[in-house]
Amino acid sequence: MTLNSKVPEGPLEDKWENHKFNMKLVNPANKRKYTIIMVGSGLAGGSAAASLAELGYNVKCFCYQDSPRRAHSIAAQGGINAAKNYQNDGDSVMRLFYDTVKGGDYRSREANVYRLAQVSVNIIDQCVAQGVPFAREYGGVLANRSFGGAQVSRTFYARGQTGQQLLIGAYQALERQIGLGKVQMYTRSEMLDLVVVDGKARGIVTRDMVTGKIESHAADAVVLGTGGYGNVFYLSTNAKGCNVTAIWRAHKRGALFANPCFTQIHPTCIPVAGDHQSKLTLMSESLRNDGRIWVPKKAGDSRAPGDIPEGDRDYYLERKYPSFGNLSPRDISSRAAKEVCDEGRGVGPGGLGVYLDFADAIKRLGESTIRERYGNLFEMYERITGENPYKMPMRIYPAVHYTMGGLWVDYNLMSNLEGLHVIGEANFSDHGANRLGASALMQGLADGYFVLPYTISNYIAETKPQTISTDHPAFKQVEQEVADRTSKLLAVNGTRTVDSFHKELGKIMWDYCGMARNDAGLRKALELIPPLREEFWRDVKVTGVNADLNQELEKAGRVADFLEFAELMCHDALMRTESCGGHFRTESQTDEGEALRDDENYTYVAAWEYTGVGNQPIMHKEELEFEYVHLAQRSYK
Amino acid sequence: MHLKLHVWRQANAKTTGKIVSYDAPHVSPDMSFLEMLDVVNDGLVQKGEEPIAFDHDCREGICGACSMVINGIPHGPQRATTACQLHMRSFKDGDEVYIEPWRAVAFPIVKDLIVDRGALDRIVAAGGFISVNTGASPDGNAIPVSKNIAELAMDAAACIGCGACVAACPNASAMLFTAAKAAHLNLLPQGQPEREDRTLRMVAQMDAEGFGNCTNYAECQAACPKEIDIQFIAKLNRDLIRANLKQGNQGTGEVK
Repeated sequence: MTLNSKVPEGPLEDKWENHKFNMKLVNPANKRKYTIIMVGSGLAGGSAAASLAELGYNVKCFCYQDSPRRAHSIAAQGGINAAKNYQNDGDSVMRLFYDTVKGGDYRSREANVYRLAQVSVNIIDQCVAQGVPFAREYGGVLANRSFGGAQVSRTFYARGQTGQQLLIGAYQALERQIGLGKVQMYTRSEMLDLVVVDGKARGIVTRDMVTGKIESHAADAVVLGTGGYGNVFYLSTNAKGCNVTAIWRAHKRGALFANPCFTQIHPTCIPVAGDHQSKLTLMSESLRNDGRIWVPKKAGDSRAPGDIPEGDRDYYLERKYPSFGNLSPRDISSRAAKEVCDEGRGVGPGGLGVYLDFADAIKRLGESTIRERYGNLFEMYERITGENPYKMPMRIYPAVHYTMGGLWVDYNLMSNLEGLHVIGEANFSDHGANRLGASALMQGLADGYFVLPYTISNYIAETKPQTISTDHPAFKQVEQEVADRTSKLLAVNGTRTVDSFHKELGKIMWDYCGMARNDAGLRKALELIPPLREEFWRDVKVTGVNADLNQELEKAGRVADFLEFAELMCHDALMRTESCGGHFRTESQTDEGEALRDDENYTYVAAWEYTGVGNQPIMHKEELEFEYVHLAQRSYK
Repeated sequence: MHLKLHVWRQANAKTTGKIVSYDAPHVSPDMSFLEMLDVVNDGLVQKGEEPIAFDHDCREGICGACSMVINGIPHGPQRATTACQLHMRSFKDGDEVYIEPWRAVAFPIVKDLIVDRGALDRIVAAGGFISVNTGASPDGNAIPVSKNIAELAMDAAACIGCGACVAACPNASAMLFTAAKAAHLNLLPQGQPEREDRTLRMVAQMDAEGFGNCTNYAECQAACPKEIDIQFIAKLNRDLIRANLKQGNQGTGEVK
């Protein structure tokens, strides 16, 4: 299989403009003859569903939550990047492009990233017009803040709830189309399989999570905007329901999975409190604008933070990376935290934590300014830990946050399966091996508002409308397979809970495929996962029946998929012997302990083909060419 | 600590429900309320019983999914806190805890603690938006918004759509929700062209869904995990009167 990225010809700056002109259009009267399935209602899915409906397509939108407004994009705190250069501080489309490619450690596709930077400015305009209440200056213009991996202020924000506000913007646009009858919304519906007919994605099979009914939906194109798979680690900052199922089942139907091992570990999360921990909570990266990160210089220093004098503190990010300091990129900051904790200098219970200290900022700016900037985050921290961060430093530790890998897509956001489009975190395309802060919101909305509506029309223009209905035998067969799988989960009736398997899998992945990986560990994980999966199918206990709201059954289906997917992730991490971005192989580091890329051998996207449960997957390569950004050892010193 | 839970169990909207009691031993003060329920559910599953169904997702107080009345108060005893962010250090050993679903005609019970809040989405679908298609927007800084107005709109927009306001209200009114959604847009310059229409449609939908009216108990404000102020209800009433007065000032749209 050869992977054609379909990147348009011509200079970088003109590719998207030229492509938009060259793509085919669908006449407005014909658009209403086509139906598009949108799975997921987050920033990517919600914005795409609304935009496609505005264009005139019939849209069926699915989400597992009780309302599209609850998709996990809502939890993004810090902000959204855009190359507006409102601050006159030297920003430009080219600089945002450059920062993103460099931040991604040169493992993303140049043309996609450039387009992302180009449309970033339109996103802000669109969101303002929708009424997103971005932070403002006294003169009434939009305010900006700085974020990791950049030396300009290009991040737009709405207090610590930027994701919520952007999602509500997209949700309102979506609800408007629902009210107009252009979008049919299916809440509490989970996609359990993809239907492929003659090599083309023609629909999905879902389970109604209230009645248990297995249903088929046919369409002219299918779009997945189903988010990331960070919950393979059990503990992550993702919502409890986030899962790999939609993209995994599409993968099993033939869609290639790209760079699955590229996982982002966010440096500033609240540390684990005990075995009961069900998820981890992020503290926005924006806190690093004013907070200073430190640990005691001596291992085992058990004094209270206030009793440790300046001279005995190690502000290790400021020391090691003086030009970016506390705003160093996420992968670097996370590894640095792990390193000091591994040296025994961590703080808090179990020594798995570092301080994020606001004392200097409070002294410099006053408590009220800090409260205005981060008040809700400080309150959240206090609610969870019972400690007041105005009085004592926060304790933070890295946690799984985002997955850069996802289904492989071409420049048109279409997977190798014709008609199957993948947007937002669910695809792999724009962040390379590490995503910069405030870029997930940008990518989700770029895909949904400004890229997919153009590229999917180009696909639709070459498709005859609605030629296949749900009566087609392919639908009946997939429905049967989904029903059988569900019955099988309920029939095991073993002794172990779904959660216990999920936790065990998560621990394997965190220990061997987490912040630092090596050959022996990954091989160990690949030995441990298959017997765990086998035990799951032999001994899992799923209570209740299918024809009912059954949360244990929902979890069981997702964990079953994680148990298959985890192996692919380890295969990918094992194959890539270089370190890059969030993927740190201990065998490949510089003398100073930084990630050492191997550009000669690994400047490619690894796109994996499914060959059956437990079988070695087949790797296909998309070579990455860097014409505009010079490949260099990433330095934030 | 060891708690005694009394939980509303109901198979679906068609059956009747009842309170069932459970022991929650070994509760750590660092657990969240939902983590405490996870542990209880784990025990139920191991015994082959059906776990308690409840809505939850982000578990960081922003998605608005979690929805339970804890000892008579939506989201429980801690001010400005969703059930998922409530931690067990708010309870003490030997406490008896009553856990019930939101109660409102417009929120039919789906199962146990889960209710159908689709009515809130339909209020938004009726008018809670600015009609601007993708692409039809001027430069972001072409519409200056005073900082004070932007902050006030943000105060309203902070609503997470959980429905605690409805659950807390003796009239099961959704006025605080509707008012917050309307005010967010009615305050901003971008929202002015549709201000009257939006207000009329949202209020009409709210009534059609079977929510009660506001009689100023202010329980909603006390229960709101985002501390949304009832001043927005006053603003909604003002916008409604204004819209009713201005209703005659509309062109017919007919071509003559």
